[in-house]
Amino acid sequence: MSKIHVTTKINGDPVEYLCEPDETLLDVLRDKLGMTGSKEGCGTGDCGACSVTVNGRLVCSCLVLGAEAEGTEIGTIEGMAQGEALHPLQQKFIEHAALQCGICTPGILVAAKSLLENNPDPTEEETRYWLAGNLCRCTGYDKIIRAVLDAAADMREAS
Amino acid sequence: MRYLAPTTLEDAVHMLAEDPGDCRVLAGGTDLLVRLRSGHAEPDSILDIKRINALREITGEEGGWRIGAAVSGAEMREHEGLCADWPGVVEAASLIGSTQIQGRCTIAGNLCNASPAADSVPAMVAAGAVARIAGPNGTRDVAVEDVPQGPGKTCLEKDEFVASIFLPARPEKSGDAYLRFIPRTEMDIAVVGCAVSLTLSDDGTCTAARVSLGAVAPTVILVPEAAAALEGTKVDDGALEALANACTKAANPIADKRGTVEFRTHVAGVLARRAANIALTRAGG
Ligand SMILES: Cc1cc2nc3c(=O)[nH]c(=O)nc-3n(C[C@H](O)[C@H](O)[C@H](O)COP(=O)(O)OP(=O)(O)OC[C@H]3O[C@@H](n4cnc5c(N)ncnc54)[C@H](O)[C@@H]3O)c2cc1C
Ligand code: FES
Ligand code: FES
Repeated sequence: MSKIHVTTKINGDPVEYLCEPDETLLDVLRDKLGMTGSKEGCGTGDCGACSVTVNGRLVCSCLVLGAEAEGTEIGTIEGMAQGEALHPLQQKFIEHAALQCGICTPGILVAAKSLLENNPDPTEEETRYWLAGNLCRCTGYDKIIRAVLDAAADMREAS
Repeated sequence: MRYLAPTTLEDAVHMLAEDPGDCRVLAGGTDLLVRLRSGHAEPDSILDIKRINALREITGEEGGWRIGAAVSGAEMREHEGLCADWPGVVEAASLIGSTQIQGRCTIAGNLCNASPAADSVPAMVAAGAVARIAGPNGTRDVAVEDVPQGPGKTCLEKDEFVASIFLPARPEKSGDAYLRFIPRTEMDIAVVGCAVSLTLSDDGTCTAARVSLGAVAPTVILVPEAAAALEGTKVDDGALEALANACTKAANPIADKRGTVEFRTHVAGVLARRAANIALTRAGG
């Protein structure tokens, strides 16, 4: 198999890599670029643990080929905190104890950030539907929803 | 495996026709990559159509809308004109998967995947949508209901692909709707799906209707008897009863863990009635 050369931007930084034609973006991120924040829960688009944004659109990176990233801008969990300063969503997840084992957390944070960028004032129902593709086996979801709504309120006040 | 990413329609047609092996078209990849990863598909090449700008657009044409084969569900939902004319098609496309899946999935992919339970297909069939198929001999237009030929099978030749889906112009006082039954509230496969599209005259008589069912036969089906039950009526209780009976009669489902034959057959009628009521309201009836 001949490798494909890909030029892209990840969290604002220019990145180049070589990948196999059938390698997923998730595998590239984790195994080639050492960005292991995105998790593989299922590999079939069902769990959302691998959520990233491609050109601002929330997607499952397990269902994107590494080759497809050519010329795009990718956002991952690694781009969420600014240095030591946590994103309000991250802060609220800690305050509300919205995580236990933590496997689903990076994906849910990326998905929740994307929600608030699209809709700064979501209802609880909108939040639950937006996050329906992010599965969590530990928390029972309620604390996650409270944390997202609380972060949204703080972010609206701050802006 | 080779990864091909043409930037023009002509190049795509050429690459697909010239490819000696098993070449699969990649749109959103939400079916294809799942199959690739599970080993259920082992193509020699993948032809990504997303870099073809012409296939990424929703354009107005003869009063209707042409939706490129690389347009995602999320992009459809953000298009005001499309949502105003064909709310049923957009709501059906929006039911596919999660927010993440919506960011990638296409209705052309939903059609070409040829699942009998594909959510957007009954809505397209009821809408009278037409698929534009591109190949080495040019393009041909095929009614959406004639594309699926059985589970996983379409009428496309090996060197053809769907370039766009056309939704026709909407007469005044028209409405469409799609409903599915699933055991959960989201992220599940339709046990039954039903789409209704109808047009009313000024006095509220139904002048034209199309009704389609999903997941009750090897392919999504158009049900002309169900449409006939609405046409010429005021879509009153009697007409809705006849519509439900026609859909129940047309349903020929299998039994599986998601539903028995009896359940699916019954639900086909129930959904038809409810979808017709929503379409009626949207038509201003
Ligand atoms: C988690 C999850 C949830 C899902 N939920 C639903 C659901 O609720 N309802 C539902 O109906 N589906 C669902 N699906 C299935 C899938 O998302 C849809 O069928 C989707 O519309 C496929 O579109 P795509 O663009 O991603 O297709 P792809 O995966 O790119 O392609 C699908 C098939 O069609 C072929 N193809 C694609 N485009 C073309 C073209 N233009 N011309 C010729 N052949 C083409 C491909 O070669 C492939 O065989 C789900 C999938 C996942 C992973
Ligand atoms: S790992 Fe991608 S959705 Fe589960
Ligand atoms: S915290 Fe364990 S899966 Fe969500």
